[in-house]
Amino acid sequence: MNIEINSKSYKIEKAVATLLEALIYIKENTEPTLGFDYGCKSGVCGACSVRVNGKEKLACSYNPQDGDRVEPLKYYPQKRDLIVDKASQKELLKRVKASLLNYNKEVLNTQDEVKTQVQSDCILCSSCYSACPVIEVNPLFAGPFALTKTYKYTIDKREGAVKEHIDVIQTDGVWDCTLCGECTLACPQGIDPKTDIINLRNISAQNGYTDPNFGNMSFGGGFGFDTNGGF
Amino acid sequence: MHKCDILVVGSGIAGLSSAIRAKAKGADVVIATKGVATKSNSVMAQGGMNVALGNIDSDSPKLHISDTLKSSHNLANKDMVSKLCNGGIDAIKFLEEIGVPFSRLDDASTPLKSIAQRALGGASAKRACYAQDYTGLKILHTLLDRAINLDIPIYERLFLLELIKNSDGEVCGGLFFNFDSGEIEPIYASKVIIATGGFGAIYSKNTNSATSTGDGLSAILRAGGELSNLEFVQFHPTTLKGSNILISESARGEGGYLVNCEGERFIDELSTRDKIAKAIFEQLKQNRQVFLDLRHIGKEKLMHLMPQELKLIKQYANTYATKELVAIEPAVHYTMGGASVNKQFEVVGLKNCYCIGEASNANVHGANRLGGNSLLEAVTFGLLGANEAVNATASKIEEQEFNYKLPIAKASDNLKILQAKKSLADTLFNQVGIVRDEQNLLKALKVIEELNIENLTINDSPKHSTLLIELLELQNASVLAKALIKSALWREESRGAHIRSDYPDEITEFEVNSTITL
Repeated sequence: MNIEINSKSYKIEKAVATLLEALIYIKENTEPTLGFDYGCKSGVCGACSVRVNGKEKLACSYNPQDGDRVEPLKYYPQKRDLIVDKASQKELLKRVKASLLNYNKEVLNTQDEVKTQVQSDCILCSSCYSACPVIEVNPLFAGPFALTKTYKYTIDKREGAVKEHIDVIQTDGVWDCTLCGECTLACPQGIDPKTDIINLRNISAQNGYTDPNFGNMSFGGGFGFDTNGGF
Repeated sequence: MHKCDILVVGSGIAGLSSAIRAKAKGADVVIATKGVATKSNSVMAQGGMNVALGNIDSDSPKLHISDTLKSSHNLANKDMVSKLCNGGIDAIKFLEEIGVPFSRLDDASTPLKSIAQRALGGASAKRACYAQDYTGLKILHTLLDRAINLDIPIYERLFLLELIKNSDGEVCGGLFFNFDSGEIEPIYASKVIIATGGFGAIYSKNTNSATSTGDGLSAILRAGGELSNLEFVQFHPTTLKGSNILISESARGEGGYLVNCEGERFIDELSTRDKIAKAIFEQLKQNRQVFLDLRHIGKEKLMHLMPQELKLIKQYANTYATKELVAIEPAVHYTMGGASVNKQFEVVGLKNCYCIGEASNANVHGANRLGGNSLLEAVTFGLLGANEAVNATASKIEEQEFNYKLPIAKASDNLKILQAKKSLADTLFNQVGIVRDEQNLLKALKVIEELNIENLTINDSPKHSTLLIELLELQNASVLAKALIKSALWREESRGAHIRSDYPDEITEFEVNSTITL
């Protein structure tokens, strides 16, 4: 089997179950200095996310095919080969205040657990971010993982400062999303950031915010406003 | 150049907990980590965190202490175990109040009473607090969110080379290789907290993140600190055959069976890990394949309680656990030994160097750790260790010149590094595995010495070189592997996870820690 890494072809002369095994094979046999990142080998650390044939995949859970083209994630500065600098993740999370800001002593139940269960499965692999077409035109856009994290804290009954979360996602935040759903397709954990963003728009409206694009739209609804858009 | 009050090395659950506590106490704290926080071994913890809340069964810290001591085979220290089990209440309260999304119970009267609890091996009550089977992931990410929000600097991709000491011999910082710049750089600190995790990944079949190579422990050893009980390496009974992907103990806690190829159950599934791993090893030795049987639990319950397990079993074993048997084998999971620490978590032999989490041997696990006690230790001793470090008298910071030489040379064979890494890992698994004997231990020591890992070099630019990181890790692994084998040779008895076929009995005179210094 042959795979291409950043346009260079490599031969894998061994049966491999995952792309990560193929990368390790190359490192052990032909190119020891090949740069790629990994940790858990079981889809829970998010370190090995790459793009295969233009789609985001975790190398440790993707079954490679002959002729696959492997590239680093988009938008993050490339360090070496498939390794990118994801340090800006932390800046984004800081900017959108993705943390419990003011603890309310509330007693949670099984329904509350279910409400944030999927969102809290996030492994910060940044597949959603790399798949997001909005970042291409607006690099300041908070993007899917940061907004999903914000949403998770916003709907947690323990959060006593919901508006503080909502206030910081109005600019380069919820209204910039086109609801294209690429993030949802890219997520290896089955998280649906698109719906989380729609829900954040509703919470924003409840807190007195309106879609800033609305005034500029000459057609009904517009993709920045229709909360059912895409369904 | 950085200077701070407290330098935390490592960004897993122990490191983040201690940094958050130190910051809350007003300290100027900095985290340095060789990878990124989300890549730490902590995210792989699945089953739960033991705290005797008694939300389901009648339970008490006293019962928890007794279970933990029993599992330790008389090697744990009662005071430290009490500190751990009693400290659990504050630890879980801390996690609840920063927003950890635990699994819940209905109609509870207080926040802590709403946390769901499940059975794990060796526990006399349903004691493990959990978040489905993503407990480690969800605790770590909530801690990371909090650390970021608190503006705690997290310097990523800094690999700890050496601890820095002042002229009084006190630890006053760490010397790091910066992966992004390719340079060597110091971080000076009045106190250092080592939270670099265990060294399970130096074995060839393990459930750990590839990052668990014990780098902090080798640095402690080289600086003159003491390590202890390295021979106690825990094998997890249930990992997927071949890939060694972890299938949490919660699978048995929720009612899963262990059966052999004849369909017979051969051990109490809720016994301790040392006993179950040994029983599986005996079955495999008789050429009987071993399986985990979850079919009778029911699809709906499995989907709710163990979504990750089902996904992993399908993805890596192509098996539907709701209707098929899951082929399993034991693999290395946790290292009970580590840096010897006193009751203030300070490393024996190193003033103002603290050690917490899996990296330390805080005398709470002894010869066998209970499932659910590692997350408990990481958070509880993370918080308590930070308290101690904050309150201690500061080391005087003395800036120094360093001429550390990275193992880079023009004439080198890059391909040898990964071959040596594989040889070391296979040797440990085959000769220093579940059951050991003197002959195999000596053979392993000889093989590892002949690999001459200390003198290997690579030919690569240091900037962004993962091969250099692998060589640095391998050099640390070699130091620890030799120390582990020497400890295993010294312990001429069988106790908990250390099983010697040539010394099959537990012997009272060995009811003490093994210790190693350089």
